[in-house]
Formats: sequence, structure tokens, C-alpha cells
Amino acid sequence: MTGVLPITLEESRKVVQALLYSGKEYVCLMKLHGNVAEERVKEVLKEFEDTIYQRPPLRASVKRRLRTRKIYYNEFLEMSGRNVLFKVGCEGGTYIRKLCYDIGEVLGCGAHMQELRRTRAGPFTENEGIATLHEVAYWFREWQERKDGEILRKFIQPMEKALALIPKIYIRDSAVDAICHGASLTAPGVLSLETGIKVGSIVAILTLKGEAVALAMATASTEEILNMNHGIVAKTERVLMPRGTYPKCWKSGEI
Amino acid sequence: MHHLMPRSTPPWEIERKTIVKTEDKTDPKYGHKPEERPAEEYIRYGVINLDKPAGPTSHEIAAWVKRILNLKQVGHGGTLEA
Repeated sequence: MTGVLPITLEESRKVVQALLYSGKEYVCLMKLHGNVAEERVKEVLKEFEDTIYQRPPLRASVKRRLRTRKIYYNEFLEMSGRNVLFKVGCEGGTYIRKLCYDIGEVLGCGAHMQELRRTRAGPFTENEGIATLHEVAYWFREWQERKDGEILRKFIQPMEKALALIPKIYIRDSAVDAICHGASLTAPGVLSLETGIKVGSIVAILTLKGEAVALAMATASTEEILNMNHGIVAKTERVLMPRGTYPKCWKSGEI
Repeated sequence: MHHLMPRSTPPWEIERKTIVKTEDKTDPKYGHKPEERPAEEYIRYGVINLDKPAGPTSHEIAAWVKRILNLKQVGHGGTLEA
């Protein structure tokens, strides 16, 4: 299997959690074990949209209990004999091999996954800023020789890119360091925020410079936060910025 | 076949607007815009959108990147089977 595989360097490993909530897209080559009319294949692909049930495969690294996954779309691309090419947009943790097997069962003839390419992992797509292993090795050597930051930007993106699809809250400089120490975000620290935040949403807390401070769980919605003057709006889950980056503006004992 | 339930929106098609609650400025003395981090820091807080070749496992790919860039900790976002 090939395609988009976000590689997190050192400190950025902490943003992987955000990618789990951001969905995946694949182009899949499925091989049917019998002859089926194209129209029937298209129909069955549609049946596997929305909520599907999957039991993780034997070799999976998670507990093998039946679980649900969202398939956002199954888009038929083309078919040649028993080879079916389709695009699937789905929640993280969907087993495409299993999906092909199940589609084969409904078609009646059986099917298996022949080839798979991931075309998207959250905000990372195969059309934008993707690098091969060769390019990574080449550009890194170039950078070591020339020490030009532009070269790094050719193949490395800031960890904030991984947060692009989750809702964001921008905070005051004076609220940053307390969050870095694990404190919850309170209403007075909030400067601006995105629409669509609900209680329980994972949100990214950022500075006005756009730097990630932490991942947090919202305890109020966008509308509620806009009207709040005090009280907790999000509970810090994963601190992304080192302590002391911004000045300490809180008294010990407040956290 | 049609759906009774509205099709769920993929996360990348959700449109969000930013709403300002209060105006303030940020002090340039502290931190950096992500794309303006000094080189070493830029790497340490960086992600590579890697085009995984067929064959090696995601874990092996991460180990290669770790060796090429001479880093201590490299991970990956979501296993893509070998």
C-alpha cells in the first residue's frame, strides 16, 4: 500500500491524536471473484456509505470487537472485467481490506482488495507538499550544506498543519503559559474562535501568531463561549508548546 | 438507492468561520509564527507528508526518516499496511 503517510518529527508526535479525528481518503483497486454488472457494483458501493459495522481483522493491533465506522463516500471510478477502481472517504480506523471483503459478500461473488493508495490523511493530501523518501534524503542533504530555511520548507510542514481540520480557539499571550502547565482555558483568555465547537469537541488552542499551544476538550459551544465572561471553556488534554515560551502571568496556586 | 439519513460530511468539507470575541495583540518577543521558527526548532516541530512506497511497513518508513534526519523520535499518523 502506498500514499499519504504523515511522519511526525520529535515534538510533533503529540499532534497524531488530532489526525485520528480528521478522516482518510483512499483509492482502492478491488478484485471481484466473479462477473458482476457495473450497475450492481455501483449500487452496492452506495449501500456501504454512512455507518458500517466492522470487526477488526485477526492481525489487527486493537481489540476485535464489532465497531462502527463512517464511510463519507464510496465513489465508483472505473471497472474493467473483474477489476473495480473506487475512491473511499472514511473515518480513521476503517479497514479497507475488510470493506472489499464485505462488498464481495453482498455482491455474492466474493472480492478482495488488490491495491490501495491513501490520497488523504486529515489535512494532508497527495496533491500538496508530499515528498518521497528520496526527496527527503536529498533536500535534507541540501539543507545541511546550504543551511537555507527555504529548503526545509520544501519537505517539512509545521505541526500546526496537522490541526487544520479541527476547530480552533485563539488566546491571549498572557493565557499561554498556564495552558503549557496544564491549566484549563477560561473565557477571559479567549480572543477568537471558530464556528462548530460543541461540548466534547477536540479543539486546538493557538496563539495569535498561529502557534499550537495545546489540544483540549471543549466544555462549552462556540455560541456559549462568545457570551461567557468567566469560567472554563476547554480542558487541556495534550500540551504542544514547551513551558516558558511565553511569560508566566499566573500565580502558583491558581492551577 | 437513496439515503434516508443525510450523508455525513467529511471533516475536510466542513467550513468554519473565525469569530472575534475580543481584540488584542501578540508580543513579537515571544514565540514565532510556525513557518518562521528557527531551523532546528522548525524540524523538531515539523511533520513530513510522506509518499509511502509499496513494500516497507509504516514503522520501517518512520525508522528510515529518523535515521536520514538523525533524530531521536519519529512517529507516523495512522498505519498504512505494507
